[in-house]
Amino acid sequence: MTIKKYGMVPALALGFAVAMAGSASAQTPGVTDKEIKIGNINPYSGPASAYGTIGKSIAAYFKMVNAEGGIHGRMVNFISYDDSYSPPKALEQTRKLVEQDNVLLVFQPLGTPGNTAIQGYLNGKKVPQLFVATGATKWGDPKKFPWTMGWQPNYQSEGRIYADYILKNYPNAKIGILYQNDDYGKDYVKGLKDGLGAKAKTMIVSEQPYEVADPTVDSQIIALKASGADVFFNASTPKFAAQSIKKMAEIGWKPAHFLNQVSNSVGGVLKPAGFENAEGIFSTGYLKDQNDPQWKDDPGMKKWFAFMDKYYPEGDKTSSFNVYGYTVAQNLHKVLLAAGKNLTREGVMKAAANMKDLELDLLLPGIKVNTSPTDFYPIEQNQMMRFKGGKWEFFGPIISGEVRGS
Amino acid sequence: MEQVVQQIVGGLATGAIYACIALAIVMIYQAIDHLNFAQGEMAMFSTYIAWQLMQWGMPYWGAFFLTIAISFVLGYAIERAVFKPVHNAPVLSHIVIFIALFVIINSMAGFIWEFTIKPFPTPFGTKPVLGGGILSAHGAGMIAVTGIMLVLLYLFFRFTRIGLAMRAASANPDSARLVGIRVGFMNALGWGMAAAIGAVAGIMIAPVVFLEPNMMVTILLYGFAGAVVGGLTSPGGAVFGGFAVGVIENLASLIPHFGAEMKLTIALALIILVLTLKPNGLFGRKIVSRV
Amino acid sequence: MKTTSPVTILIAGIGATVITLAQNWKLSGFIFILIAGILFPLTASGVFTFQITQLLIYAIAIAGLNLLTGFNGQFSLGHSAFYAIGAYVSAILMTQFDMPFYLTIPFAAAVCFVFGFLFGLPALRLEGIYLALATFALAIATPQILKFKPIEHLTGGVQGLALFHMKPEAPFGLPLDQDQWTFYVTFAVTILMFFLAFSLVNSRSGRAMKAIRDNQIAAKVTGINLSLFKTLTFGVSALFTGVAGSLSALLIAFVAPDSFQITLAVAIFVGMVVGGVGWIPGAFLGALFILFVPNIAEHIAFGLAAFSDFVRGFIPFFPTIGEQSSKGLTGTVYGVFLILLIYVMPSGLAGLLRLAVQRLAQARG
Repeated sequence: MTIKKYGMVPALALGFAVAMAGSASAQTPGVTDKEIKIGNINPYSGPASAYGTIGKSIAAYFKMVNAEGGIHGRMVNFISYDDSYSPPKALEQTRKLVEQDNVLLVFQPLGTPGNTAIQGYLNGKKVPQLFVATGATKWGDPKKFPWTMGWQPNYQSEGRIYADYILKNYPNAKIGILYQNDDYGKDYVKGLKDGLGAKAKTMIVSEQPYEVADPTVDSQIIALKASGADVFFNASTPKFAAQSIKKMAEIGWKPAHFLNQVSNSVGGVLKPAGFENAEGIFSTGYLKDQNDPQWKDDPGMKKWFAFMDKYYPEGDKTSSFNVYGYTVAQNLHKVLLAAGKNLTREGVMKAAANMKDLELDLLLPGIKVNTSPTDFYPIEQNQMMRFKGGKWEFFGPIISGEVRGS
Repeated sequence: MEQVVQQIVGGLATGAIYACIALAIVMIYQAIDHLNFAQGEMAMFSTYIAWQLMQWGMPYWGAFFLTIAISFVLGYAIERAVFKPVHNAPVLSHIVIFIALFVIINSMAGFIWEFTIKPFPTPFGTKPVLGGGILSAHGAGMIAVTGIMLVLLYLFFRFTRIGLAMRAASANPDSARLVGIRVGFMNALGWGMAAAIGAVAGIMIAPVVFLEPNMMVTILLYGFAGAVVGGLTSPGGAVFGGFAVGVIENLASLIPHFGAEMKLTIALALIILVLTLKPNGLFGRKIVSRV
Repeated sequence: MKTTSPVTILIAGIGATVITLAQNWKLSGFIFILIAGILFPLTASGVFTFQITQLLIYAIAIAGLNLLTGFNGQFSLGHSAFYAIGAYVSAILMTQFDMPFYLTIPFAAAVCFVFGFLFGLPALRLEGIYLALATFALAIATPQILKFKPIEHLTGGVQGLALFHMKPEAPFGLPLDQDQWTFYVTFAVTILMFFLAFSLVNSRSGRAMKAIRDNQIAAKVTGINLSLFKTLTFGVSALFTGVAGSLSALLIAFVAPDSFQITLAVAIFVGMVVGGVGWIPGAFLGALFILFVPNIAEHIAFGLAAFSDFVRGFIPFFPTIGEQSSKGLTGTVYGVFLILLIYVMPSGLAGLLRLAVQRLAQARG
């Protein structure tokens, strides 16, 4: 049991405020008749500052929402702090958001370590930790953490999709793996191995980890080629993915290449690596790619370009992070609309846990957001695709993820 | 065995990257008697300048030489504007300024050019030239450029008046002042030259690793390692050290079970070992201090 | 015979205490700090208590580095390694061996002392910039070693160890919440560590340490065992930083490789220089800087867009800073702060104070 400080005074003050305002929302932190306060932490400085643009595009999105009249007449006050991707800083900034700024919820905190550091605190305080920006599998556990919810398809599910495809189409494959030596890379490898099942031991001929600190992955690619692998599973972040695609072309290694969706951005990876080198790569997706010509006349994509021009003009239009930020912000927008006029933290979580076949501007056709009080994995669908002639070609059915919990 | 050979040649190719930046590190050490922790960021910024010039339509070699000139001026200006006012401050305060410069340049580059990786052209092509593509034409070109810079620097420090004056100004500022050398000017010149060499290194490295604001952060560390192994007072040693670190790191990755995961740690441990055995690096000269 | 009334005794007692305190400013300063420390969490908000706890922890770590650099002349850019070891020792003992947190602090201290002493051995052969680089290498390697597979069952690998459910509550039914209790624990340890630090630098050993810093060869001639003192100092320095790390495991209730990156080593180093090299109380000022200045820089950066719009009202060709991208300038603002600080105080706050004292003495003399 913890004992609250100043037990009496706030209780009296609160009672007074309730009596005066007479509406339920007066009790909800971060909500007034005119405003909703939403908190966020993002790395704007330090080694992970490349992700900072997600926070910036979300801020721009809510600027647009406000310009269009807000949510149920309330303006969104989006407060975003820098955590430099450091877990202790993430906890400090989150506490500032909750205790000083009195935000309604913490939205899209980025990174597995930072989210782990704040999860206990937010759940203890019963503050929603909504749509965390990581693909780890552990964010949908409503029994233990009823205030935490993930968003994007998780890495392990995606790894399994490739495993299924490889088992069906390359049953005698010799698989080589490149992965980042952290939770993200290891999740992908686990998904792939679980999907391959008993055959994993015989099929995988080489596993090459790299560190974020490595300047290149050239030596790993050389080792993979030397291992005789004819199927390549590439779980690397954009820079290293581009390096590996280029190096493979240079040394003439042409396996069936399965590239994780973290790095399948046309403008951010495949174009810098060279379209001719990227020809034939397999991947999966759930978002439309703004640099893929097939979406040029797509209404959702047109909205996104208009949004970028007007609200985030200095933003990078080749960065997939800006598509991601827009889409996840739109999802929250819809959740807040669904939570109704009478906003409470419980109400927001309830709305988030009851999304049914929700469609968003930039989700691939057929991919929908679904949750339930026992399903805290909003996006679980993926679509297989293959890179051909400068754009992604989709094939096969929409595949639902099957990996949950850790 | 074949794998060992491949990793050695691959290590030489990455080693060329380290050697390139190690050379710039030694250069500035010769000129100011300091290691510059912001050197990698300066090189990265210079590379962006070259990229921007090419975006504006300038041909490769035009952009190459103009960038070197701009970098020289910027390096010179940084010394005059940032270090001259505090040149009497303790060494530790200087290191803090290096850290500050690092943070500033890194965040400015992200602010101006965003974080999406950018391809950078190479004048040498990417065709394989050796061992089934392990050494690409660009890799060979980079090694050649490093070699040329090394020779030029050797000649400069050995045979030109200004090179000698620069070494004197750094090794013993007080005596240098007595014989009429303008020590402050020499320091600034050293900064300019180091920035110019860094620019060459950045332009050579970017085609391999892709251009982005964090591209030099870890490469600089490996460059330090190379420079220290070879000896901070020896340009030739630094180049050797850079190649050695590249090869050692790749060979470490062949150790079964944990090599691939721990290759950075192994490389760093080896460096500490070298230093304990030969505190001034393999080719460095001993600096004698008197009471 | 007159009996002395209790009131008289009380007044006399207070009077005597006041006189003692007035004569002994060190003691009165200490009592003032003690009272302020005890009252602080009762009046401050939870998040502020959290921040000040973090400040004390950083101060212990910085003091540890200062013992090494400021009093013994040895560089280190790798103290995040010892901070990490301290944090992990506590976390592992709590999760794997169900040890209560308080008992883990001495273990963390001892383990860090041993590691520091061992690292001090190769450091003996290295000087100045080479030592700086070797320690820098240590800091870079630390996160990688922490997730090394064979020790994953202890360290939790990349996932780290979460300790939310193990944070100790205040004992004896004291009406304190976890923030307040964590502060008191940290405060008590801080007082102990700074008492040790002051005692050390004023002892015979402390004088030997300083003699080595000032002139190794001369120190050797006077019969000081250089190797022993230098390695011992490395051990003690690591011990301090390790205790700080251990407390951070309590405060953050989560340890992971990402918490102990090179940026932490740089922060501890910057904190030492800013506070003042060779001045123990400077550690608090340094901690204040590394904790709060990044937050201030962030607010300034966020406001730069508005600022550029404002200036453009007068100077049309002033560059526009986009509202969103201004957030990316946090690092730039922080760096500029650092440079300005060194301009104003080339030797840190300690140098500034020393200068002020000198001026004062001159004015009097």
